[in-house]
Amino acid sequence: MSEVEQVHMKLPDPTRSVSPPAPGRNPGKLAALMQQMRQQKQGYVLLAPYFVLFFVFTAFPVLMAFALSFTYFNVLEPPKWIGWDNYATLFIKDEVFLIALKNTLLFAVITGPISYIACFMLAWLINELSPKLRAVVTLLFYAPSISGNVYLIWQVAFSGDSFGYVNAFLMKWGFILEPIQWLQDPKYMLFIIMLVQLWLSLGTAFLAFIAGLQGLDKTLIEAGAIDGVKNRWQELWHITLPSMRPQLMFGAVMQITSSFAVADVATNMAGFPSPQYAAHTIVTHLNDYGTIRFEMGYSCAIASVLFVIMLGTNMVIQKLLRKVGE
Amino acid sequence: MQAKFQLRLRRERKVNRSLPVDIAIFGLLACAGAFMAAPFVFMVSTALKPLDEMFLFPPTFIVRHPTLDNFYDLFLIFANSWVPLSRYIFNTFFVAFLGTAGHVVLASMAAYPLAKLRLPGGNLLFTLVVLSLMFAPQVTSIPNYLTVSWLGLLNTYWSLIFPAFATSLGLFLMKQFMEQIPDSLLEAAKIDGASEYRIFWNIVMPIVKPAWLTLIIFSFKGLWGTGTGGQGASFIYSEQLKTMDYAFSQILSGGFVRSGPMAAAALIMMLVPVAIFIMTQSNVIQTMSTSGMKD
Repeated sequence: MSEVEQVHMKLPDPTRSVSPPAPGRNPGKLAALMQQMRQQKQGYVLLAPYFVLFFVFTAFPVLMAFALSFTYFNVLEPPKWIGWDNYATLFIKDEVFLIALKNTLLFAVITGPISYIACFMLAWLINELSPKLRAVVTLLFYAPSISGNVYLIWQVAFSGDSFGYVNAFLMKWGFILEPIQWLQDPKYMLFIIMLVQLWLSLGTAFLAFIAGLQGLDKTLIEAGAIDGVKNRWQELWHITLPSMRPQLMFGAVMQITSSFAVADVATNMAGFPSPQYAAHTIVTHLNDYGTIRFEMGYSCAIASVLFVIMLGTNMVIQKLLRKVGE
Repeated sequence: MQAKFQLRLRRERKVNRSLPVDIAIFGLLACAGAFMAAPFVFMVSTALKPLDEMFLFPPTFIVRHPTLDNFYDLFLIFANSWVPLSRYIFNTFFVAFLGTAGHVVLASMAAYPLAKLRLPGGNLLFTLVVLSLMFAPQVTSIPNYLTVSWLGLLNTYWSLIFPAFATSLGLFLMKQFMEQIPDSLLEAAKIDGASEYRIFWNIVMPIVKPAWLTLIIFSFKGLWGTGTGGQGASFIYSEQLKTMDYAFSQILSGGFVRSGPMAAAALIMMLVPVAIFIMTQSNVIQTMSTSGMKD
């Protein structure tokens, strides 16, 4: 077992709730716990600043979003309790939300798995290169996800006039006679945003996979070769994937979370609101109600739905990935 | 390059490998690389194109007569703006540096006890952090807006900086990395009478340098483009507090004619994060090797 793997053994299972040492029924246990906590006072002091901010900006806001989702709240007046009304409106009356939901799921179902597999396969292929070349290719593949607004260049490539690269290319070779309005036509919009999203998606998960592959125990592979592993595909399935499981799980979390959160790319490429809401997603819908219409209660209901979808998907995928190579 | 590459593969003679598949893999990587690199080529080329070349049909992929006019225009656009470009640049650097520095220090401080001290409740706190990786920050954007306004931080730099301090990915990576530190090292210091603070600062922090370099790139990349994200747009409404990326994002509203200066701006914006990644790459990879999740 590699050093890396031993480290993971101690991790708590994120899907199983870890209860703190239960306050015991007998006072002796409680006293021991207090004693232990007092001994570790310095540890708690170190924890405090980070976790105060973590609770203020991440943990409590989730609870707040749930609470506010049952209210009508426009910031000026105090929130008014309206029960499940927001959710009822969301799923029954709000047709735009259903479009947003459909688009978001479409994004997630298509770009999620493709980007995840691409992250792994590219990392796996890069691992065959010599170290110097590997560093250069890693930089090239990772660069889009750290270069901020560079994806706007896709707008120039898919520009709706004949000066856009794609239109010019297709017209020159006679595939089309007149320029296509790529970013205004609902037929193409979603596809182009997916393409850009895929270009941007070799991020944290990709780095984790590269690192995991480099840390792979070489003796395992040699032992496998003696035991009858004949080619690289068998090696991948029987040795590489099972030993990569911790990274595979981490990478899945990263890719799932980002594939459900498509918003900036859609807004910048197709505008807001996009023609026929073809590029409308849950997050753009949330921003619409939260930052433009100031219907905070309603947008919190949207956020809660998004939260449940993301967390639920992550839990299911974690369960599935735990079975890899077993 | 290719010949050298094949030679190298042959020399190493790894198990389970064959030359034809190696060549196929190299071809596949080249295709993927072309797809990834094309937008960068377009961008550099667009940034260097003179205006007349922008309207050629068919458009040229590679610039014929490179010029720095677009960079000059970029500054010209801001010469007449109410807020000078230097102020946007200052804002971006201030927010990115302070936010990153605070995040690295606070996340490391919290990671050490979680990784190395057996604190009652520690596992619960770490589980919460792992859970928070499983949803996007957009979920909490509305409550965050309310919290920030109640704390009186609206329309200040701090509304961007404080939330960045407590990003969960940083703590997660740092804690995983710290678990590698052998306990014997820390116990030796404890026997010598060092306090936890001393151990953390003098022993643990120097060892985990690869991890904090990783936290720097992740945090910096987030803060560098913060002005156009949901938070920057709604937390800060004074023009003189807005960041560079927000200012640059306004350029494209001028239409296709502005795509030259836009490309120039995007080129300038990407240089800093990419430079940081180039410098820290090997450390980042080392840190990510401990990033896994397991029961």
